[in-house]
Amino acid sequence: MAGRIKIRAQKKGELTEVKALMRHPMETGMRKDQAGESIPAHFITEVAVLHGDHTVMQAHWGAAVSANPFLGVRFQGGQAGDAVRVVWTDNQGGTGEGETTIR
Amino acid sequence: MRRQSDDAMTLYRFVMMIPRWWLLLMVVPALADEGIFDQYRDLMGDDNPAIFVIEEGEEFWVQSQGPSAATLEACDLGLGTGVTRGAYAQFPRYFADTDRVMDIETRLLYCMETLQGRDREVIAAKPYSLRGDFGTELEALVTWLAAESEGMIIAPEQAHPKERAMYAMGEEIFFYRAGPHDFSCATCHEQSNKRIRLQQLPNLTEHTEVAEAYGSWPAYRMSQGLVRTMGWRLQDCFRQQRWPGLIFGSEVSIALQTYMAVNAAGGVMTAPGLKR
Amino acid sequence: MTRVDSNGISRRAWLRWSVILSAAAALPGRVWSAVIRPEAAFDATALDQALMALGETPTRHEGVIFTTPDIAENGAVVPIRVEVDQTVLPNVSKVSVLVEMNPNPLAAVFDIAPGTEVYIETRVKVAQTGNLYAVVESDGQLFMASRETKVTLGGCGG
Repeated sequence: MAGRIKIRAQKKGELTEVKALMRHPMETGMRKDQAGESIPAHFITEVAVLHGDHTVMQAHWGAAVSANPFLGVRFQGGQAGDAVRVVWTDNQGGTGEGETTIR
Repeated sequence: MRRQSDDAMTLYRFVMMIPRWWLLLMVVPALADEGIFDQYRDLMGDDNPAIFVIEEGEEFWVQSQGPSAATLEACDLGLGTGVTRGAYAQFPRYFADTDRVMDIETRLLYCMETLQGRDREVIAAKPYSLRGDFGTELEALVTWLAAESEGMIIAPEQAHPKERAMYAMGEEIFFYRAGPHDFSCATCHEQSNKRIRLQQLPNLTEHTEVAEAYGSWPAYRMSQGLVRTMGWRLQDCFRQQRWPGLIFGSEVSIALQTYMAVNAAGGVMTAPGLKR
Repeated sequence: MTRVDSNGISRRAWLRWSVILSAAAALPGRVWSAVIRPEAAFDATALDQALMALGETPTRHEGVIFTTPDIAENGAVVPIRVEVDQTVLPNVSKVSVLVEMNPNPLAAVFDIAPGTEVYIETRVKVAQTGNLYAVVESDGQLFMASRETKVTLGGCGG
């Protein structure tokens, strides 16, 4: 369940467009649950998009990124069939990764 | 440091202080510019986090659970043992083995009890997520089953006398005024082109509108980060009307779902949807 | 118990991240000084504090194309897009997104590799109606665009 990523990667002319949706609560640490207890912060802190071995983009995120976060990027080049990966790590040491091929 | 929960609490207290009948004044004609959120939705695109919950639901379906260590794969949802494709679109419906009309959630509870040996009271005590949860089993199962009916015609069964009686009860409840505000469902949902704040209110007595509304639940509720079911939505309506709490799996809940589903019959299932 | 720093990030998370990235980016060429998370900027509780931590006061630049909805259906999920017209603003290496009225205005920092378009789409939480900022770094200088997004409360208040 945790760590899942849905990725689509498509050629758009010269560019490759990547759209990724990640399964993560992105909890800010500022909310309280129904019992009044603080819900601990739990959010993706670093995420990277890779085309083969090349890191196309890397991001640092705070808890203000929406739950079940979405990320869209574009890069030059890329061929149909190339591997595109998205990896993340969160503030509790959790990780996620997903992979797709460019269409 | 100001916290978001403090702001929410302040707002809640403020709202609770407003003389309640004034809330009716919030039901206003819809804005001439119908597409106030079109730009927002365009920018959002198609990626709906419900897609994860669909997968999670399917996993629960094939997971061995309970004292019987059985999966739900032998569950009969009205189209035969284990048939999930198209089943959701035909709910609520009468089941001979229980001699009653059931909605998808009560039917799932029945299968958990009879196939898996699980305690229905435990599941019924917390069917829906609370703040801080990441989704319940029931929510995930309903999401997956709705996706198994995506694109299909809404066609709740009305052949059996008990099914028709359930529709009649649902209709009566729909127009029944109660609670401290003397609200009925019809107060907000009997007219077209009305809204509360910026939220359009579907006219649940008009076929096209109720079909669109009913067919888009369960839905990922962005403000909650969770997929919510039709049963949950009814519970929340009762809360907002200041009615007594709607009991999970009750006949009242099944009756109202039947009323909406039959009014929506012929429309298309688009769930899981994406809502505020 | 895992030691956790002021931002709530565990030591384990740092180590794991370094391992992932060094495996992924063991290349000649660009050195990822960008790996360092701008902690002070994320911790800042006011917009100008966050901007100072990122570098300096950015100047507005029409090469920063920032798209946000005029009005959002809810504040938990607000889609945004940042693009840069590279013909008027080249060499952009970093994009930051800030939400002025959030308890911590800095939401995200994107490090863009050469060859990657400056094109980012994501969704952020916006606590209340206010300004959003897209700040880009080009050759060490900061440029920005801003837009106001209205946030509505839904239906009966929930």
